[in-house]
Amino acid sequence: MNNSNKNNMTIHLKVWRQASNKEKGKMESYTLSDVSPDMSFLEMLDQLNLKLMKEKIEPVSFDHDCREGICGMCSLMINGHAHGPQLLTTTCQLHMREYKDGDEIVIEPWRSRAFPVVKDLVVDRSAFDKIMAAGGFVSVNTGSAPDANGTAIAKVVADEAMDAAQCIGCGACVAACENGSAMLFVAAKVSQLSLLPQGQPEAASRVKSMVAKMDEMGFGNCTNHSECMAACPKGISVEHIARMNRDFLKSSLLQ
Amino acid sequence: MSSHKLDSKVPSGSIDQKWNQHKFQSKMINPSNKRKYKIIVVGTGLAGSSAAASLAQLGYEVSAFCIQDSPRRAHSIAAQGGINAAKNYQNDGDSVQRLFYDTIKGGDFRAREANVYRLAQVSTSIIDQCVAQGVPFAREYGGTLSNRSFGGAQVSRTFYARGQTGQQLLLGAYSALMRMVGLGKVKLYPRREMTELVLVDGHAKGAVFKNLITGEYESHAADAVILATGGYGNVYYLSTNAMACNTSANWAAYKKGAFFGNPCYTQIHPTCIPVHGENQAKLTLMSESLRNDGRVWVPKKVGDTRPPDQIPAEERDYYLERIYPSFGNLAPRDISSRQAKNMCDEGRGVGSSGLAVYLDFKDAIQRDGKSVVEGKYGNLFDMYQRITAENPYDVPMRIFPAVHYTMGGLWVDYNLMSTIPGLHVLGEANFSDHGANRLGASALMQGLADGYFVIPYTIGNYLAASASKKIETNHEAFKEATEASLIRENKFLNIKGSKGAMEYHKDLGKIMWDSVGMSRSEAGLKKAISDIQKLRHEFHQNVNVPGSAKGFNPELIRAFRVSDFLELGEVMARDALERNESCGGHFRDEFQTEDGEAKRDDENFCHVAAWEFQGVDKAPNRHQEKLEFENVKLSTRSYK
Ligand SMILES: Cc1cc2nc3c(=O)[nH]c(=O)nc-3n(C[C@H](O)[C@H](O)[C@H](O)COP(=O)(O)OP(=O)(O)OC[C@H]3O[C@@H](n4cnc5c(N)ncnc54)[C@H](O)[C@@H]3O)c2cc1C
Ligand code: FES
Repeated sequence: MNNSNKNNMTIHLKVWRQASNKEKGKMESYTLSDVSPDMSFLEMLDQLNLKLMKEKIEPVSFDHDCREGICGMCSLMINGHAHGPQLLTTTCQLHMREYKDGDEIVIEPWRSRAFPVVKDLVVDRSAFDKIMAAGGFVSVNTGSAPDANGTAIAKVVADEAMDAAQCIGCGACVAACENGSAMLFVAAKVSQLSLLPQGQPEAASRVKSMVAKMDEMGFGNCTNHSECMAACPKGISVEHIARMNRDFLKSSLLQ
Repeated sequence: MSSHKLDSKVPSGSIDQKWNQHKFQSKMINPSNKRKYKIIVVGTGLAGSSAAASLAQLGYEVSAFCIQDSPRRAHSIAAQGGINAAKNYQNDGDSVQRLFYDTIKGGDFRAREANVYRLAQVSTSIIDQCVAQGVPFAREYGGTLSNRSFGGAQVSRTFYARGQTGQQLLLGAYSALMRMVGLGKVKLYPRREMTELVLVDGHAKGAVFKNLITGEYESHAADAVILATGGYGNVYYLSTNAMACNTSANWAAYKKGAFFGNPCYTQIHPTCIPVHGENQAKLTLMSESLRNDGRVWVPKKVGDTRPPDQIPAEERDYYLERIYPSFGNLAPRDISSRQAKNMCDEGRGVGSSGLAVYLDFKDAIQRDGKSVVEGKYGNLFDMYQRITAENPYDVPMRIFPAVHYTMGGLWVDYNLMSTIPGLHVLGEANFSDHGANRLGASALMQGLADGYFVIPYTIGNYLAASASKKIETNHEAFKEATEASLIRENKFLNIKGSKGAMEYHKDLGKIMWDSVGMSRSEAGLKKAISDIQKLRHEFHQNVNVPGSAKGFNPELIRAFRVSDFLELGEVMARDALERNESCGGHFRDEFQTEDGEAKRDDENFCHVAAWEFQGVDKAPNRHQEKLEFENVKLSTRSYK
C-alpha cells in the first residue's frame, strides 16, 4: 500500500505531443520516479499527468475508459508495439512490473492514414463505425424475432462465432499493420455473422458493403503478414480473413 | 412532506394484465407522423442503443449522443456474468412470476411491483431479439441455449456469452443502432458531453452538449429527451465502473427539477480484486460466477499472518457457509459484502493490507480437476493473475468488496418519464426496478427491457398527448443553457488552484466509502455531509484545471464531473441519514437484528424517497412515493 517502496522504479518516458490535428507533433521526454511495479501502465500515466499539472505543463491526452481490456478505448503504441510488449493484453491491462528501473519507454498514438490524431495520443477511429454502419449487422427490427431456441446452432459453430465476436474494435490490428489494413477488424464481424444462421440472408451483401466501405475509408491492403493477429489483444485469428475472402469471392460470383 | 407530485401512473387491473392493458390504452401516433417527432437519446449503452435503434425503426427522427469515440464503448460493454430471462428452458420451475418474486425480494421490498412484473414479462423477448441479431450466447452440444444459475438464484435463468455477456449484448444493440445510422434514421454524435437540459414551458425540449474534440457547445432541440447515461458508482472514486461513468447528465436534469430517487441505494460487490495502492484509479470485478465453486474464508485467529496453505482446515472460518448454511458462498451481494467487511473489522482480513478475504478453489480443483475449473473460469483466472501477479490455481484469490452499481437514479413513473414532462430515463440512470439491492444479471435485462420493449410504447403516449409545439435551437432557452455552460467552464479554468480534480475526487471517494459505504451511522453521515460541503467549497477555490476551453481537454471534463459528484455525494448522505432502517445495500448500524442482519422498517419506510433540488448549498426536499405490495407478502429477507 506504500508509494515509496524500495521496489519503486524510475522510468524515462518519451511521449508524442501534438496539440491538435492541425498542428505538427513531436516527442517530449519526461522522467517519472516512484513508479510502483503494481501500477497499471495507465495509472503510471495518471501519475505523470498529476506531476505535469503541478509543473504547469498541460497533461498528456490519451484514450481509456474501462481499464479492464474490454471497451477498446485505450490505444497506445508502446516501444513500437501496439498495446505494448505483452501478448493478448490491452494497454490498460499492462502493468509496470513488465519494466525495470531506469527503462526508457516510447509512447506514440496509433499511426494510420484512416485514424487521424485528435490530440497527443488520441486518434479518431470513427472509420470503424462507418464500416459497421455499412453492413455489420443483421437487419432485424425490434419485436420481429422468433423464439431464441427456434434454430439450433452447433456448439462448435457458436463458439467459433464467439471467437470472432470478441473483437473490441481498438484498432491495434490497423496500427500494427505496415499497410494500415483493417482486414482483421472487418473479417471478425463478417465471419461471426456468416457462421451463424441469422447472418445468412445478408451474407453476400454484407461482405461486399463492408469491404467497399473499408476501402473508401483509406485503410490499406492486406499482404498476409499477420502482424494484426500478433497485436490483437483478443487473439482473433487471421483464419477469419480467409473466411471473409471466400465469402467475398462467393458474393462476386453471385453477381 | 408532500408527495402530491409523485404519481407513479401504474395502470389499474391485475398485475399480469397491466402492461397489455396499458399498451392497448396508450395513445398512438400514426406511422407517417412519427418522422415529425425528434427524439434525443443521451447514452449508447444497452439502454440507449436499444432505445435509439427501436425508436428509429418506428420512424422517429433520432439523435444519439455518447462520451466515447464510438457508441460501442459504453460501460455496458464490461458486464461479464450474464442476463436473466424467465424462459424456463431448463424446465426447473422458472416463470415470470418467479423472476418477479425473486427480483422484488432481492430488492428487499423497496421496488415498485408493477414495473418489476413488466420487466419479468418482457425478459423473454430480449433473448429472442439478441439471438436474432447474432449474439453468440453459450450453447449446449444439442445446439440449444445454455443457462447458468447466477447471483444466488435457485433456477438457471441466466444466459451468457463466455465472460463477456455485456460486450456481446451491447455489440448486438450497437449493430442495430449502426444499421439505423447507415440508413440515415439516427444521427450519431460521439465524443459529446451533455452539460444542460433545456426546458421550455416546463417540458424537456432539448439539451446542450460540449463537443469534446472542438470544445464548442452544441444545441439540439427535440420533442422528447431520453437519458440513458448509466450509474453514478464513481462518486466513490474507486469502483468497478469505467472511468467515464458519471452523474453529470442526470445531475443537470436534477437541477432542472427532475427528482432523484433513492440516491443512497448503492451496490457493493463482494468479489473484486483488492486495492493495491494509493495510485489506483479503478477496481476490477471478479465475476460472481466464481462463487459457484470458490469457497470464501478467513483465518479463525485474529492477526494470523501465516500463508494460506499453512493454515489447517480446522483453523479456517468458512464464514458464509457457517452463517448462511442454505445459501453458503452464494449468499446475495449485499450480505456477502457486509460479512467480508465484518471479518476484516474483526482483524481477520488477509493480505498485506488486511482488507481482503480468500476465495479458494482448492476443493473444486481436487473435486473436478484443474481442467474443468480452467474451462469454466480460465479467462478470469488469467485476468486475476495479470493484475496481481499471483496464480489462483496455486494460491487462493484475495478479494474484497467494491462499489459496483447504483440502484438509485432519477425517479420515473411507469412510463419511464421523470418528474419533468418529456424527460424519460432508462437503464441504470433511473431508479426503477431493483429496489434496495440488484440481483446479478438483472441490470442488463433492465437496460434492454427499457430500450427495446418499454420506451417504444410509452414515449408515443407522451408525444401524442402533449401539444406538439415545435421548438428550434434559436429559442432563448438554448442561449441561456449555453451561456450557463460557458460561465461554468470559465470559472473552473480561472481558479488556477493547486490541486487536480482527480485528487478532490479521491478525497470525496474516501469520505463516501468510509461513511456512506457498506455500513452507515447517524454520526458518520452527519459528519460526511459537513465534510463534503467543506471539500466542495475548497474545490471551487482551489482546483487546478489546466488547458483551455477550446479543443480536447479531458481535465476540464473531469472537473465538471467531480463538481457534480461533490453535490451528489451530499444528497446520498442525506438520503441515507433520513432512511432510518436497513434494507438491501443500505445498512444503518443502528438498525440491525440481534444477529447483525438488516432490519427493515416497513411501517415507516416502505416508500421511495425522491429528492427535489433547492439550490446547491440548500437542503433538497424529500418526497415519498408509497410502495404498495398487493401480489407479494412483505417478509424478512432471510438466506440462512
Ligand atoms: C464490471 C461490471 C460487470 C457487470 N456485470 C453485469 C452482469 O453480468 N449482469 C448484469 O445484469 N449487469 C452487470 N453489470 C451492470 C450493468 O453492466 C450496467 O448496469 C448496465 O450495463 C448499464 O447500462 P446503461 O445502458 O444504463 O448505461 P451505460 O452502459 O453505463 O451507458 C451510459 C451511456 O451514457 C453516456 N453518457 C454518460 N454520461 C453522459 C453525459 N454526461 N453526456 C453524454 N453521454 C453520457 C455514455 O457515453 C454511455 O454511452 C456490471 C457492471 C460492471 C461495472
Ligand atoms: S481502457 Fe478499455 S480496453 Fe483498455
